[in-house]
Amino acid sequence: MDFPFELLVNAIVAGLLLGGFYAAVTAGVSISFGMLDIVNIAHPAFIILGSYIAYIVNISFGVDPIIVSVVMLPAFYLLGTTIYQIYYLSFEKRGQESLRGLAFFFGLLFVTEVMLILVFGVDYRYVEAGYIGPSLHLGNIDFPLRMLVPCLVALVVFGLLQLFVTRTFTGRAILAVSQDQLALQLMAADPIRIKRIAFGISIATASLAGALLVIIQPVEPSVGREYIGRVFAICVLGGLGSLPGSLVAAMLLGVMESITATFYGPSWAPAVAFGFLLLTLAFRPAGLFGR
Amino acid sequence: MSTLRFSLISVAIGLVIYICGHLFGMGYLFFAGYTILQFIVLSSAWNILGGYCGYVNFGSAAFFALGAYSTVFFYKFHPLPIPLLIVIGAVVSGIVGLGMGYLTLRLRGAFFAIATLALAVVLQTLVINWDYVGGSRGAYIVREETVLILGYPIQYIEYLFLLMMVIAIFSLVISRTIGRTQLGFGFATIRDDELAAEASGVPTLRLKLIATTLSGALMGMAGAPFPYYIGYLQPASAFGLEYGVNSIAMPIIGGTTSWVGPFVGAILLGSLQQIATVTISSAVNLLIVGLLLVAFVIIAPNGLVGLVQDRLRARRSR
Repeated sequence: MDFPFELLVNAIVAGLLLGGFYAAVTAGVSISFGMLDIVNIAHPAFIILGSYIAYIVNISFGVDPIIVSVVMLPAFYLLGTTIYQIYYLSFEKRGQESLRGLAFFFGLLFVTEVMLILVFGVDYRYVEAGYIGPSLHLGNIDFPLRMLVPCLVALVVFGLLQLFVTRTFTGRAILAVSQDQLALQLMAADPIRIKRIAFGISIATASLAGALLVIIQPVEPSVGREYIGRVFAICVLGGLGSLPGSLVAAMLLGVMESITATFYGPSWAPAVAFGFLLLTLAFRPAGLFGR
Repeated sequence: MSTLRFSLISVAIGLVIYICGHLFGMGYLFFAGYTILQFIVLSSAWNILGGYCGYVNFGSAAFFALGAYSTVFFYKFHPLPIPLLIVIGAVVSGIVGLGMGYLTLRLRGAFFAIATLALAVVLQTLVINWDYVGGSRGAYIVREETVLILGYPIQYIEYLFLLMMVIAIFSLVISRTIGRTQLGFGFATIRDDELAAEASGVPTLRLKLIATTLSGALMGMAGAPFPYYIGYLQPASAFGLEYGVNSIAMPIIGGTTSWVGPFVGAILLGSLQQIATVTISSAVNLLIVGLLLVAFVIIAPNGLVGLVQDRLRARRSR
């Protein structure tokens, strides 16, 4: 039997599309964990929250999930700034962020998940939109629109974020805040305010990522847990705080997972990300592109 | 109080509880009591690493499930008496704890925490794909009605309760002893300022490895009898997030600085959950645990023990 070349190419393409989506999921953690040093392990729970909001509005009014999520951005931003304010007052200010901060976010993850279970149950929910069924064909390669649209949206979001952090004053201040808070104060920027804005943006991306998630796959409350390992694996692999690095790492992970799922069966796919994370932490904690 | 006297008193209290339950013939007491004892073990084990050293382990469920699944493996391979299985569970989980610590403990604390979460998912995937121990369908464990102890036949659930009581006392003694010896002081220096500890000649990596190994081994011991208790083990129940969240919530609600906190937290939260599961629903009781965890980390960072200590100190200074 000769090597199933066509299968491999399709798996790689599917992996790249999946990777684009993973990049959108990781963007928030790249900001909070990578740039602000806030280990927000509850991020996937907010993504699932985004998915459910997109789902409710989509089912009741037939609005496109992506449009819903864009409308919800300010609400998620406010949620993020509120959480940061609590986090700052209770942990950062007292210098207890390491142990108790982690426990705090773990509790948030858990509470959000259980609340969603209590309200919606554990049934899988899915949305309806025009682009969910059909796919584009390019020769023998399939581009399912269900994957292509989230990937393109994710790339746009990533581009905008990258422009924001490199070209605007606030964005540069976000990059600077983790390096030297005092220097930032000398530039007449309040580090706490900058961090609050950055954390708000980080949670806001969860709204978009949630809508993309519910387009790609049916969602139930505990799906988020699978993404904890993925987002942190991507974040560490890409080098903390580097948005282009995370994008490349996300694509890499997507391709690896897709090939594993195609050739060994989908039940092995979750272990890929985590195995990757463990290996990266053990041998190259600075990430592929770190110094 | 010396360690020996502490152990003897604990054993005596344990025996009194057992005899009371046995005389009144309360089967449910043993059933619920087993869970609470199991949580005492898990929260004390978590606290050795989390409370003493300041390294957060989110993967308690992984170590617990390792113990449970090594029992399932031997059940299929060649059934062994449970006390032996408990030792095996401790060895397996201890070795995994050591390896895990060796891979990640040289990094910042946050990485270790994330890696423990990752470990749980990797192990769960392995178990789901391992047909010998039941895969995703799960495995049935058939247990006998009664078991002979010193010539007396006693109910199997009572036997499991007694075993878990022994493990719980063992973990409390270990946790208390660590807190009062040089090892405990070494752990405390890591928690307070790892760099300074390293600079003053504390062998931080070795101490951290001891802590992860001990903590993992105790969690494995808690998991080993679990298949016999539950009768039907599937990956979702062995790796359930409730073990992870409970073994963090209990020490933090009780107080992390000594062995008392996890013990108090496990008894209070464990009983509360038993009551909530019976009267309301199991999802609501998990919500209660989560909310209590968040509330306590924000409002009472030193837990119930800390609150009581503050109160006593305030009274003394008055």
